[in-house]
Amino acid sequence: MSTYFLGRFGSLIASLLVASIVIFLILEVVPGDPAQFMLGLNANPETLANLRAQMGLDQPAVTRYITWVLGMLHGDFGISYTYKTPVTELVLQRLGVSLPLALLSLLLTVLIAFPAGILAAARRNSKTDLAVMGVTQFGVAVPNFWFAIILVWVFAVILHWFSAGGFPGWDKGFWLGLRALLLPAIALALPQASILARVMRSALLDTLEEDYIRTARARGLTRTQTLWRHAVRNALIPVLTIVGLQFAFLLAGGIIIENVFFLPGLGRLVFQGITQRDLIVVKSVVMLLVFAVILVNFLVDLSYIAVDPRLRRR
Amino acid sequence: MSDTTLFVISPRAAALRAALRSPSFIAGAAITALFLVIALLSFVWTPYDYAAQDIPNKLKTLSAAHWFGTDQYGRDVFSQILVGARTSLAVALIAVSVGLGLGVPLGLWAAAIRGSLLDEIIMRLNDLVFAFPALLIAVLITAVFGPSATNAVIAIGIFNIPVFARLTRAAALSLWTRDFILAARVAGKGKARISVEHILPNILNTLVVQITIQFSLGILAEAALAYVGLGAQPPTPSWGKMLADSQTLIALAPHMAIIPGLCIVLTVLGLNLMGDGLRDILDPRLQRSRR
Repeated sequence: MSTYFLGRFGSLIASLLVASIVIFLILEVVPGDPAQFMLGLNANPETLANLRAQMGLDQPAVTRYITWVLGMLHGDFGISYTYKTPVTELVLQRLGVSLPLALLSLLLTVLIAFPAGILAAARRNSKTDLAVMGVTQFGVAVPNFWFAIILVWVFAVILHWFSAGGFPGWDKGFWLGLRALLLPAIALALPQASILARVMRSALLDTLEEDYIRTARARGLTRTQTLWRHAVRNALIPVLTIVGLQFAFLLAGGIIIENVFFLPGLGRLVFQGITQRDLIVVKSVVMLLVFAVILVNFLVDLSYIAVDPRLRRR
Repeated sequence: MSDTTLFVISPRAAALRAALRSPSFIAGAAITALFLVIALLSFVWTPYDYAAQDIPNKLKTLSAAHWFGTDQYGRDVFSQILVGARTSLAVALIAVSVGLGLGVPLGLWAAAIRGSLLDEIIMRLNDLVFAFPALLIAVLITAVFGPSATNAVIAIGIFNIPVFARLTRAAALSLWTRDFILAARVAGKGKARISVEHILPNILNTLVVQITIQFSLGILAEAALAYVGLGAQPPTPSWGKMLADSQTLIALAPHMAIIPGLCIVLTVLGLNLMGDGLRDILDPRLQRSRR
């Protein structure tokens, strides 16, 4: 287990290093320099000089990179130019929307995909299977932000069951907050659930053809018992991989859905940063999201150990 | 009546026959062809000038004069859909080409020098790009270099490279152990020449399937970038941008949201169906398991 763990941990650190370098370099090559980019061409020279000094642009790139990385390790992501507040504070505020949204949509994804995928595989080539495959084929092709717009149209504009967007804040009550996140979470979850249901089905079909399934049946277990005790458990490895990737996608993909519903999450923060040319915010939030994604992938790799005892011996 | 055993069916002809028997391939290919024709048609004909405003006729629903209605400036939605197809397909197509053009040679190279330090470095770099949330980096790239269709192509294309590199390497590795490759080596051919002359033709099937998948992902990615304003810029219409415009007008003119969205869904669905069909027809592993 320790070599497996060390290997995964090593690649976690390497990924983070490369990610930070790539993000840093992309922002290094902006036309002009970052300060000029943020303030525009008609900037007051004095303001420009001040911002340059604040961003440390008078120092060499390597020094700036190291300062940035060391700062992040201490939880210091710099000070937003437009908000005049520490980026860390902004991010923590916004995370209160983005994280619950990602978790809720992941929950919905799994709740829809697992039963659908297992049912389809257990009754292969039945009408249920065909229906699941048909619906998911469609679901995979639906852009989540379009689905979100349609949901708003149906449930907010026509039926008035939900508000069309916005977020009341958790202090107004848990259920109100959850209600505001429900439509966005459904919009995010549907395409992901379609993918996951298909993965679950094909992984299960693969395991159902294994010899140990026949052995289990020969030992007198019923089809249902075999399915739950042997097939589903063994099909979980490929499924877990996809779930991990999907959680990462839901975290990052939320940035677009947040725009549809005007949710004050990390996505809105990034896009506001882009339109206001606040590169300090953009750089840090993107780095944080990349970190979250890489961390999730790492945790998924570790979870294999729990599912697959063979890895513990390595 | 003729003795069929006399005919030697070439693999290509056999694949064609199989294709014509695969309903998902036929449906997918038909849909894809339809949108390709639409995109090409838009170069020579659209019912109206896609950018021509006609304010008195704004937000009109579907009618004989405007098949898909009009938008908030009275522009013809059908004409915009036609031109938008061009944008979507072009961006996705070039992005896939970027991935193919760089990923396949990288994969072939890595397979040819398998096990070496360079191979290891190439593949680890690939893993790293894989681990990146593609959308975020695309957003970052377009934010810094300015939103445009070209930058959207680059941003989407970069993430196609490791997909093709990994696939090519895996497929090529299994070929390198085969006897006919050994024969080519004995004949004195170099690694580069073997890769191009013997490996590449034998992995084309696998690549074709992946191309359709990446193509459909490219269309979705382009739509998402255009939706947040980081794709093609006005006045160039794109389906994603049309959806962004439709959002605040959904109560007044739902057709503005439904139609471009359905176009995206149909195009992606068509490509996916075609890919599924192609995989059934071309992938030798599946054929074996089916037998």
